Amino acid sequence: MASSQEHTVKAFDQDIGQLRGLISQMGGLAEAAIGNAMLALQRGDHELAAQVRADDKKIDAIQHEVERAVVRIIALRAPMANDLREVVAALKIATVVERIGDYAKNIAKRVPQIDSEYRIDPISTLPAMARMAADMVRDVLDAFAARDPDAAIAICERDDALDDFYDSIFRTLVTYMVENPKTISQCAHLLFVAKHLERIGDHATNVAEMIHFAAHGTPIADRERAEPTFSPRS
Amino acid sequence: MSNNPPKMTASHVDVYYGANHAIRDVSIDVCQEDVTAFIGPSGCGKSTFLRSLNRMNDTIPGARVSGDIRLDGDDIYAREMDVVQLRARVGMVFQKPNPFPKSIYENVAYGPKIHGLAQSKAELDRIVERSLSRAGLWNEVKDRLSDSGTALSGGQQQRLCIARAIAVDPEVILMDEPCSALDPVATARIEELIHDLRGRYAIVIVTHNMQQAARVSQRTAFFHLGQLIEYGDTSDIFTNPRQERTKDYITGRYG
Ligand SMILES: Nc1ncnc2c1ncn2[C@@H]1O[C@H](COP(=O)(O)OP(=O)(O)O)[C@@H](O)[C@H]1O
Ligand SMILES: [Mg+2]
Repeated sequence: MASSQEHTVKAFDQDIGQLRGLISQMGGLAEAAIGNAMLALQRGDHELAAQVRADDKKIDAIQHEVERAVVRIIALRAPMANDLREVVAALKIATVVERIGDYAKNIAKRVPQIDSEYRIDPISTLPAMARMAADMVRDVLDAFAARDPDAAIAICERDDALDDFYDSIFRTLVTYMVENPKTISQCAHLLFVAKHLERIGDHATNVAEMIHFAAHGTPIADRERAEPTFSPRS
Repeated sequence: MSNNPPKMTASHVDVYYGANHAIRDVSIDVCQEDVTAFIGPSGCGKSTFLRSLNRMNDTIPGARVSGDIRLDGDDIYAREMDVVQLRARVGMVFQKPNPFPKSIYENVAYGPKIHGLAQSKAELDRIVERSLSRAGLWNEVKDRLSDSGTALSGGQQQRLCIARAIAVDPEVILMDEPCSALDPVATARIEELIHDLRGRYAIVIVTHNMQQAARVSQRTAFFHLGQLIEYGDTSDIFTNPRQERTKDYITGRYG
């Protein structure tokens, strides 16, 4: 999609630049939210968890700013072809990043509900999964910023690893619950946390698909992405 | 592409103005019941090519057309082709509305009269009313048919010219930037009219307004430096053009 030339109407390039800036900003906040939510979870840090919930409002605010910018660009500039696809992709990506922020917020909300007197071991493996998810979010938004559909496709492939991570945590948590019913409440929360992280990976994959669409005007062909591995996951 | 059958088929058309090679090897089908838009930067040959479809170039000194252009399979440049008849079948509407300095009625009745389409005054009246109605002008002018056509507003004049083209029962209507001298409301009325006329005629419209091409046409042809660069469904051309030059033009990166 990287176009050879600038637009004859320079204001359009500025508008697009502003839009991309907003999305990068949202992406940075969402990535930080995931990291902080997990840190709060690991440490049982209620204050940090509350901070994550408060910060989510910033992500929402930027999403609304993106919506306004997109409506204005479409109304005033009437973008065509790849420009139009890019603007539409930006709108959709903002929605997805907002959802990613919600998942981070949801993880933060669970922190006060997880009893910290007896903390089970899987809590220590979840941050690795979270890092993987947050990296996907960061890298896919970098690919958007760089208008690099190939980099975006490569990110889709990492979703499988995240799914495997989820499967393994799922099994571990079920084992814990079976062996020690006292952990059931905590395990249920952690299961949700793992599921949220897995969903974040799915959303990052969606963003990658939008980047591909913006660049090529076609959905990602199946052969372009890695074969999905079968797993018992829903 | 839409599946309507071709009404006009142009193959390997070249047009010269003296030494100026204005159209280079253009081949294109204009289809029945479709609105086809010609777009491209000024001077790329849109008007020239449009005029070759009803032999209007014949009237320009030094203009020379080669290649093959057919209307319903008949070679329009064949010796036995009656040019007056051809221009009735393939009508034209110009950029600047050009009503005759005569009454509204006469503007519309003139063509049917010279083509002998009406046997009586009553029949001619019917043709005038039908043409003005189809052009969306009847209600505005029915009480002042004897007023001069040039007394109408620009938008009304253009609809009068469309009524005039329709009056001789054409099969194809060529429009060369029909809205470029009109305000947005008059433009919208012409676009709506094109929408209503679609299906009855094959319509070709030259426009420099991308949004207009996107709004009114089913097919779009992009011309550049006398060549046809890309031709396809309008929705494809404006969302995902195949050619880099088309993309640069419609996204405003041209030149
Ligand atoms: N009547 C004419 N006599 C000589 N040259 C002409 C005439 N009309 C157009 N041309 C030339 O033909 C080329 C195409 O012009 P035209 O068909 O008017 O382009 P467009 O309609 O796309 O703006 C230009 O180089 C123009 O100068
Ligand atoms: Mg012209």
